[in-house]
Amino acid sequence: MKNLTRLHTGESLDDVTLEPVIRMDLIKYSGASADFNPIHTIDEEAKKAGLPGIIAHGMWTMGNLAKLFTPYYEEGFIEDYQIRFSGMVFLDDVLTLKAEVEEHTDSYLDFRVWTVNQKGKVVIKGKVRFSTYD
Amino acid sequence: MYRDMIGRKSEKVKNVVERGHVRRFAEAIGDLHPIYVNEQTGENSRFGRNIAPPTFPRVFDYGTVEGLNLPKKGLIHGEQNYHYERPLLVDEEIYCYTEVEDYYEKSGSNGLMGFLVVKRYGEDARGNVVFTEEMITIITEAVRKAMNV
Repeated sequence: MKNLTRLHTGESLDDVTLEPVIRMDLIKYSGASADFNPIHTIDEEAKKAGLPGIIAHGMWTMGNLAKLFTPYYEEGFIEDYQIRFSGMVFLDDVLTLKAEVEEHTDSYLDFRVWTVNQKGKVVIKGKVRFSTYD
Repeated sequence: MYRDMIGRKSEKVKNVVERGHVRRFAEAIGDLHPIYVNEQTGENSRFGRNIAPPTFPRVFDYGTVEGLNLPKKGLIHGEQNYHYERPLLVDEEIYCYTEVEDYYEKSGSNGLMGFLVVKRYGEDARGNVVFTEEMITIITEAVRKAMNV
């Protein structure tokens, strides 16, 4: 594991590629988050909403992306986490989580964070300010 | 009309960062890290206890803003921003409320899109803000027409 506070601008955390998205992932997230919008779990409801199939909760993807930082909980914490949802995630999609240092100061590191699917399309993107402990 | 709702708030609601719920949530986002679920790891950490993932506040009850009616279907989640003063601790009580921060409209390929900006607050028992959450929801013209708003 890298030592986060030693990362320089332009350096990245190790990418994490998730297993292909399955319906059970989204059923579990629906239950855990109490977001039971059926476009995330039921094919007919997704089609009624004009979608080709069920789509992942944006917050599921955002939750996954944050785990790049979890191993560094002794060095600091996520002070700001800003995400724009830019693309839909479908079943069988293979997502890769990414984070790159944009700025490094004495008190925080700013990361550009994003998630791409197997076609290289960005599905969510944003910023993390990781505040470091003294 | 949503513009009239700007500045309105809900009542504060007491929530608890429940251990079992943190585990289920961490599992659902594929992040069963010991700092979230293993008591020993929590005790040995600088927090002295387990913490919750940064997107966990999704599960809290923020009360309801009187008069704010959102459609059950057809909303698009545009943006989500969290700000933390410190991580959330397992077993702590958090007092949550929500405020309608802004509403504006923009023309897009799908007609006139409405953007509703809602800010949510989580405070400790002494009233110190632990986190805020800003959510931008996009309401399409078709949905607004169906609701007569």
